[in-house]
This record gives sequence, structure tokens and C-alpha cells, in this order.
Amino acid sequence: MLLEINDLHVYYKSYWYILKVLNGVWLRVDKGERVGIIGESGSGKTTLLKSILKILPQNGIIPRGEIRYDGKNILKLGDNELTKIRRKEIGIIFQDPMAALNPVFTIREQLYDIIKHKMMIEGHNPSSRELHEQAVKILNDVRLPDPERVLESYPFQLSGGMRQRVMIAMALISAEKLLLADEPTTNLDVTIQDQILKLIHKLVIEKNLSTILVSHALGMVYQMTDRVFVLYAGDIMEEAGTNELFNHPKHPYTQLLISSTPRLSSVGVGEGIKGKIPDYRNPPPGCRFAPRCPYVMDKCINMKPGKIQVNKDHVVSCHLYD
Amino acid sequence: MSGTTTSEVKFSELEKKIKRENWRRIWFRFKKSKLSVIGLSMILILLFMAVFAEYIAPYPSHAGLYIAFKNAYKPPSLEHILGTDMYGRDVFSRIIFGFRYAFMMIGLVLSIVVPTGVILGLIAGYYRGTFIETVIVRLSDIFISLPPLVLALSIASILEPNIFNSMLAVSLMWWPWYVKLTYSMTVSLRNEPFILAAESQGASTLHILFRELLPNELGTILTKVTLDAGWVILIGAAISFVGLGAQPPTPDLGTMVSEYSKYLPEYWWMSLGPAAGIVLIILAFNLLGDGIRDVFAGE
Amino acid sequence: MNNDTILSVSDLRKYFTTAEGVVRAVDGVSFNVKHGETLALVGESGSGKTTTGHVIMGFYPPDGGKIIYKGAYELSIPMKKRPLELKRDIQIVFQDPGTSLNPKRLVKDIISLPLLVHRIVDKSRVYEKVAELLEYVGLSEEYMFRYPHELGGGEKQLVAIARALAPNPSFIILDESTSALDVSSQARVLNTLVKIQNELKLTYLLITHDLGVVRNISQRVMIMYLGKIYEEAPTEDFFKSPMHPYTQMLLSSIPTLSEEDEKIKPRGIESVGEIPSAVKPPSGCRFHTRCPFTKQICMEKDPPDIVVNNNHIVRCWLYA
Repeated sequence: MLLEINDLHVYYKSYWYILKVLNGVWLRVDKGERVGIIGESGSGKTTLLKSILKILPQNGIIPRGEIRYDGKNILKLGDNELTKIRRKEIGIIFQDPMAALNPVFTIREQLYDIIKHKMMIEGHNPSSRELHEQAVKILNDVRLPDPERVLESYPFQLSGGMRQRVMIAMALISAEKLLLADEPTTNLDVTIQDQILKLIHKLVIEKNLSTILVSHALGMVYQMTDRVFVLYAGDIMEEAGTNELFNHPKHPYTQLLISSTPRLSSVGVGEGIKGKIPDYRNPPPGCRFAPRCPYVMDKCINMKPGKIQVNKDHVVSCHLYD
Repeated sequence: MSGTTTSEVKFSELEKKIKRENWRRIWFRFKKSKLSVIGLSMILILLFMAVFAEYIAPYPSHAGLYIAFKNAYKPPSLEHILGTDMYGRDVFSRIIFGFRYAFMMIGLVLSIVVPTGVILGLIAGYYRGTFIETVIVRLSDIFISLPPLVLALSIASILEPNIFNSMLAVSLMWWPWYVKLTYSMTVSLRNEPFILAAESQGASTLHILFRELLPNELGTILTKVTLDAGWVILIGAAISFVGLGAQPPTPDLGTMVSEYSKYLPEYWWMSLGPAAGIVLIILAFNLLGDGIRDVFAGE
Repeated sequence: MNNDTILSVSDLRKYFTTAEGVVRAVDGVSFNVKHGETLALVGESGSGKTTTGHVIMGFYPPDGGKIIYKGAYELSIPMKKRPLELKRDIQIVFQDPGTSLNPKRLVKDIISLPLLVHRIVDKSRVYEKVAELLEYVGLSEEYMFRYPHELGGGEKQLVAIARALAPNPSFIILDESTSALDVSSQARVLNTLVKIQNELKLTYLLITHDLGVVRNISQRVMIMYLGKIYEEAPTEDFFKSPMHPYTQMLLSSIPTLSEEDEKIKPRGIESVGEIPSAVKPPSGCRFHTRCPFTKQICMEKDPPDIVVNNNHIVRCWLYA
């Protein structure tokens, strides 16, 4: 077990109110496993990834929960150890490379910085030639043509696809054990998205990395992962092997989500889901999906469902299976 | 037919309900910040004093021309809590009347400046890239580039120096700031899809300016208005201080500070009172302004 | 042009001058939209699909070509100069309902605007009509007195659709109308759009990059790349036998959800390269820089229209 999250609660304190976003999330990632998290907008998926690295914004608090990474409790680690993990062990690809890359520095400056920090943690102060070699190698790894030119560019001079490749390169420098990808292709065109996904897939296999891919695009999760967690409104609704989940979804939310996805081979989509994601200021006390669930029962309103093991590889959190 | 009426009643009730809820939400946000509640209460108290000055001031007749030399130069005491001036007038009473002039100045200036500036700003922003924009923007640039106090002073000195003319002068240099503010907001909003949608529906320009654009700018404008209210007092006081605004014996706060400052430092209470009055009003409006900004920022 | 054509576009051009040079966003596009059909205009970023839609709406004037609406109206005139009747008859639903609905106006105000402007109902009956429209798109009348930010993404888009329907139009441009939505709300919007079209016999021009959506709602598909149309076919035919290499690449790039979907995807073609800049588009066939089958002629000459069968047209030298 590389990463294990139990009963994680994350709240945001704002001036006006407290947003109770994550509500007891659990997650498990084995060594070398590719895990997917399906979550629509506002489900708390970015919050979840950020808590793993403990890079929540200032107003984010973790009142309860445990994040065990490689045997250590991330939430209790000191700054030094956290920095070590962030620079050497866990890398993250953000959804918007334009926001994640600093617009006033060249790619060279930003890449050198990351490489240097990582090497210094390894107790080695690299020369500028070493830095250059490393940077070119990593850009070659992400199949960027003409790395020398890329190094001299500012982020805005690159296309969206190239920027995302740079982001992946940066994440890979720090990701020796675990790669987190937060909607890595959201703003890209379909044909470019395909290239990026294949690239990530290839690199992950090559480097034997564990990954967490977070996305609202079901097709992408289906293609890229071994096991899937379904996140809705800060709660894990279902967990199963990818094939099992997509072929035998148990939770009403998962079922509706899958039936809502347009297909290439047939016409007609499910009826979708009415309503909207709950207000985190005042979330439903029981199952958070209850207000939108077509099978809602009395106990769903007030009682949060537990984890129910429906078969060996399939856990669902729903009163229908009590 | 009865169906129509019941549905109309239902809709108008719903409309009232949503309006009530809106006010409740605004109040909820506003009162979260204690300082802005203090600011609002201060303004309400000052306004109350200004309106009912005749009944609140211990010596209402002291506001204008009144001479009682036997009472002159009295330091603060129970009888005259802020002392008396060189003619024996009760300073506290005069300050209360001073508040009345202060609110009049604010009302006068803002009621000229805000509508003019906002309307011109909306028009200039909406007609971006046309002759209309150029004229409005350049004109306000000219007024902005003139040193404000100097402009106000020269106008006040050409016209008869009184409180009304000095306020006209202040208004003349103030409206361009509202043009700038509204113009920049309008420019950034006017290409939003919701404006495009209204235009493509065939909505009139008036509708777009006042129903689509203005509501989105109101929060910022209102914040500026409250913060500016304090400045109006300050500039009015400065003009009065140099003798081009309200003339004695008008109990204008600025005029009073100017008049009484000649008696510093021995008779400090004379100028201290009106100066504190000015500070109080400005402070109140600034606190309120912060509260209003918070109300709108939270959205 | 025959009688069942509602919109006819011929050799449409739209160039934008930018700091980098002239962007040839739409560069000679011709097509007809038939009464009561949904025509999908599909492309990636920089393809000019959105620009085409916006030129038809009159947001900016074309730099060349002709757009004829209902055989009588010339649509090259900008929106503001169009007769009210035309503004009523052609509607648009934007991509992001978060920005296309005024955040400071109640839903009932948003929907009543077109009702009042075009005098669809008497002023005293406006609220009733708004409630009716909301119900028609599947929202209860409680929504009338809410602000857009109180609604979910899909619900907001349904409000935008209700607004577009309000003046009884005959032609609606769906400008990426489901792209900003989550899957679960997208399904609701798609189903509503299909229902509306069946019942009201509306014509849609669907502008999108999502072929899954295309499959579910359109009868005909056009593929745009860098300002030109490269393939045009009935939807069924299109998914059964995509012809242009770009179309094949597009289809093969879609991450699918099932084995059946996987079978639709063309084999033996993989996405490579980047979309070139529209400032200096490649010569000849604009796709030749990424095409695995490029021949000499592809680089030199624009491919002609090749009619494969009745309704399937492809512009590619492979089939010449």
C-alpha cells in the first residue's frame, strides 16, 4: 500500500461561513497501481489531491482524517519531510498549465529550479551543465520537439499541448513514486488530448509509477486506470475495479453518470440527474446524493450510508445495499 | 379569468418574498463586520442630529449671528461641553448645525456627480471605439488633469464665495472619476455573452445600459460613493478653510476650523470640536464604505 | 437552393487582424441547412466553427461570401441593423450559461426580455408565459425568482434555452451549448433539445467539438479544420465510414466507454502533430502536415469536393 486515506474531512473557512467539502473520504493506492477518481465539477476532487500534498489554500482545514503515505502520516509530518516528498516522490499535473507555470520566467528557469531543488535533496549541488542535460533529457522524455527552443520560451509562446507536456515534464521530475493528475487534458483539443494521454500512459508504465487520475471524463478514466473511486459532493460513493465499475455500477449516482454519457455507437442518453451539487455551507446530513437520488428512502436523508462490500473488489456507500 | 388573477397574485407575492430575502442577505453580510455597523449607526446618529439640530443643540440660536461677550472664551464645562468661542457661542451647538451643512454638501455634490458620471461612463463604455467615447473620455481626462483644489478654488473665487458655489466647484472636478470608474467596468462587461444575448434579442440600448450593465456595476459605484462622502467634507472644509467656501457666521465645520484656528493654542477647544466633527463624519462614511464593499465582494 | 433550405452559406470568409498577422478564421465555407434538421459543425480550436456561427448571428460582418436566410434575408448585415423580425427568428444558445445569463437579473427577467421586446404576449401575461416556458424545458416555476448563481450548470443552460425559445424562433444556433456542462446535466440538456426540436420542428446549427454529442442529436455532420470544411455526411453514414484522414484521427482520439464504441473508432491512424496556426495555414490541403497519407499534390493544391455517394462529400486527394 503506497497511499491510504481514511475518513478525511476538509473544510474551508470563509469570512461568511464554513464550507464542509470533504466528508470522510477514503482512498487506497497500491504500488504501481493506476487509480482513477471520477468527479464532476465541484465534487471536491482538486481539494482531495491538494490535501495529499498538503498544499491546501490558507483557509483550508483538516478537522479529521488520516493520510498515510508510504507508512507515514502526511498530516503529521514536519515541513522538511513534506518538502522532501513534494520534490522527490510525488508529482502533480494541474489542469491549467497556464496558471501553474509562471508567466515571467522561461521554461529553462522553471525547469532548472525544480531539478536543482530535487538534486539538492539528494545531497548534490548540480552544475549548470548537469542541469541542462537533465532538462533536455526530461523534455525529450515528454516528446517535445526542439527542446533547446522550448527551454528559451516563455509559457505564452508555447501551444496548449506543448505547455501541458512541459507541465508533465515538471511533474515527472518530482514523481518518483506517485503521479497525481488533475484533469490533465481539460483545455486541450481531442486529438491533442489523445497524444497527451498516451504519453502519460507510456511514461507511467516506463517508470512504474503509481498514479491518481482525477477527471470528469468517464471515457478517459475507463481507458487509463485499473481501479476507480467515484466522488460526489465530498463523499466516495463507490469503489471498484475499472471494468467491474463500468460494467456493473451499483450506486445510483454512478449508474446515472454512466448512462448519461453519449456514445458513439448508439443514439440516446439517459435522463441525466436533476438538481445540482449541494451547498457545502449546509450539506445534506445523510447521504449527500439523497436530494437528487431517484431511489431516495427515508433513512438516506438523515443517515450517512456506510461502506458496503458488495463483492470482493467492489465497495459501495448506499443504503440500497444495506 | 379568475385563474389569471390568482396566478398574478401568487407571482407578485413570490416577487415580494425574493426582495425581502435579498435584503435579509445583504443585511446578514453587512452586519458580519462590526465596524461597518458602527459606521452606519454613527451616520444615522449624525444624520438625526443634523435634521433635528434645532431641538438637539443646547443653544440653537448660537448657530448664526449671536454675540454674548460675557460668555466668550469659556473652556469646556458642564454648561458648554465643548466650550464657547470668541463671541460667546456654544461650540457644541454650532457643530451640530455643522453636521447639517456637511450632509447638505455631501447630498448636493453626490447628486450632481454620481448620475452625471455614471451615465456618461455607461455611454462611453458602451459606444467603445466611436466618436462618442472619444469625446466623453477626453473631456473627463481634461478635468482630471487639472489640479482639483486649484480648480475648485478658482471657480469659487470667480463666483460669489458661498457654500453652494464651492460645492458646484467640487462637483465640476469630481464627475470624471465616476466616468472613469463606470467606463472601465462597462468596457470589460460589454463583450460578455449576456450583453451579446440581450442585444441579439433586440433589447433597446437604454435597457442594456440600465438593466443589464448598471446592476453589475452598482456595488462598486456604491462603495465609491460612501468612501467619497468623506472626501467631499474634507475638500469642502479645505475650501472653506482658505475662505472661499461658506462664510462666517455659517456654522460650516471647515469654516469653523478656519475661523477658530486663529485662537490656537490658548483656546484649543474651539477648533478641536469642529475638527473632531469632521473626523467623525469621514470615519463613519469610511467604515460604512468598507461594509458595503464586503457585501458586494462576497458574491 | 431549393425550398427546404432555411440557410444557405456560400464561400463565407472571415479574417481577423491580430498582432501576429491576419488570422484566416473562416476561409471559404459553403453549406446549406435544411428546414427542421440539426446540422453539426464540428471542429477543434482554431477551426473557425464558432466564428462561422457568430457571423451568421451578425456579431461581426463577413469579409466575403453570402449568407441567405429563408431565401429572402441577406445575413451579411450586422446584428444591430437587422430587422426585429430577423432577431426574433434566429436565436443562439451560448457555451457557458455562467456568462450568458446576467448574474444580477432574476430568471423571470431574463426570459421575459424577448417576450416583451417582440411582444409575444401581453404584458400582464408575461409571468404566466415565463412559467410555461420554464416548465417546457423541465424546470418548475419556482425558478422564476432565482438568480442564475443559485442554479446548477445544466439548469442555467435550460434557462438559456427557454430564453431562446421565448420569441418562437425557427432557427437556433447551439454554440458549444453542452460543452461547459457536467455529463449528468449535459444529458438533461441534450434530451430537452431533442424533445424541443421534435415538437416544434426547429432547425439547429450545432457547433461543437464533441462527436458523442453529435451522434445523439444531429442528422448531418460537417468537419471543419483551419477554416475549411473537409467532410460532410449524414450522421449514420459518417460514423459508419468516416473518410477524411482528419475525421478518422478525430474519431480515433476519443476515449470511449465500451467495446461497442471502441469498434466505431477507425484503426490504423494515430493522432500526431499540433494544429498549425491559422495565421500561416499550410498550403494545399491544410491537414497535410499531420496526415499520414500525404502525397505531393496535397501540399500543392486544395482538394476538390468529392461526392462519395448522394450526401457524403469529402475533400481529400486520396479519393480523387
